[in-house]
Amino acid sequence: MPLVYCGACSHAPGITARPERADTQTRQALESAFHRMGDDIRATRPDALIVVAAEHFANFFMNNMPAFAIGMADSYEGPIEDEAFLRIRRHRVPGNKALSRKLIEVVMQTVDVAYAEEWKFDHGISVPLHFLTPDYDLPIVPANINCQGPPLTPLKRAWAFGEALRAAADAVPERLALVATGGISHWPATPDSGKINAEWDRTFLAHWAANDREALTSYSDGEIYREGGQGGFEIRTFVAAAAAAKGAKGTIEFCEPIPIFAVSCTIARMQIAA
Amino acid sequence: MSLYQVQKLIYQLNRDPRTRERYAAEQAAVLAEYELTDEERQALIEPDIGLLYVLGVNGQLLMRFAALHKFEWNAYLDAMRQGLVRHGPVREGVYAATGYEGVEAHDARLKRERET
Repeated sequence: MPLVYCGACSHAPGITARPERADTQTRQALESAFHRMGDDIRATRPDALIVVAAEHFANFFMNNMPAFAIGMADSYEGPIEDEAFLRIRRHRVPGNKALSRKLIEVVMQTVDVAYAEEWKFDHGISVPLHFLTPDYDLPIVPANINCQGPPLTPLKRAWAFGEALRAAADAVPERLALVATGGISHWPATPDSGKINAEWDRTFLAHWAANDREALTSYSDGEIYREGGQGGFEIRTFVAAAAAAKGAKGTIEFCEPIPIFAVSCTIARMQIAA
Repeated sequence: MSLYQVQKLIYQLNRDPRTRERYAAEQAAVLAEYELTDEERQALIEPDIGLLYVLGVNGQLLMRFAALHKFEWNAYLDAMRQGLVRHGPVREGVYAATGYEGVEAHDARLKRERET
């Protein structure tokens, strides 16, 4: 089946770890947007949800860092973070090993992806799922792009990964949804946590909504670090989602800077024809 | 410098409950399995979050290591700031401090912008 849903959202741990410290109205609007995204995903009746994330050393480390990885298990566990810190209870999250394998076999035709039969979710997946699938009733296919340990996956390869995921989703009989998670500009876990380059974020999201491949894949890591911080490296997941949308245009459904959450909190959807 | 070794130990502590149990029961033996300088070993033992930050530990690793040691969010941020004062700028990696007005001032500015 062709991909039935394609979107992107934030995954900042502050969203669940310290909600009471954000402006109440803005936080409630964000949570509503997250819940609407969950409803929209369910409305497309997916059999599974591919989450393209930018993990933070829950599974992959500089001893053996894959540029890309896809999970291949019947269940996963998350969040790996301290439950009291993230304020999300640890859950066993359903996967689908056979489906993952079929997808990986197609992706491998064009992108050298690592596969992982174990995978611990960190906030990069657990925070979005907390809102999107709070009952943990939809099988997840986790995918990862190295946005943490330089040298990082090139943006043009992130685009190729998105194209490969789309080809894989289109090649299997299951109905698949895809959500990319990550921040745009941010300086997470540094003394500057909360700093946001809102203008840079707006420009990036305009490129994303226009699905402008050239603009999305032309940023240099130096520019990203200077304008968008080390957190900005996570735009790779958004780039992959844009590629997976196969030319469709996007809608930015929510985007507000929330300093205590350290990012411009974003919910966006590509208008793919399912 | 052996930043890689420091980060590898923190990675294992963050993700593996058995490494945490061993670290609690026989810290010196676990530390001996990594090639660390005296400064790094001492920073891990205290733990001196500010010094670990200045040594270049990736913030995503350090944030969770601090949470394991029950640092509340603001205490974690303050520890990094104190590290910068005591030990100078970040020496390695991509988590350098670049200057920020602070969350309260930022929130106030956004509120003013929304009202106008």
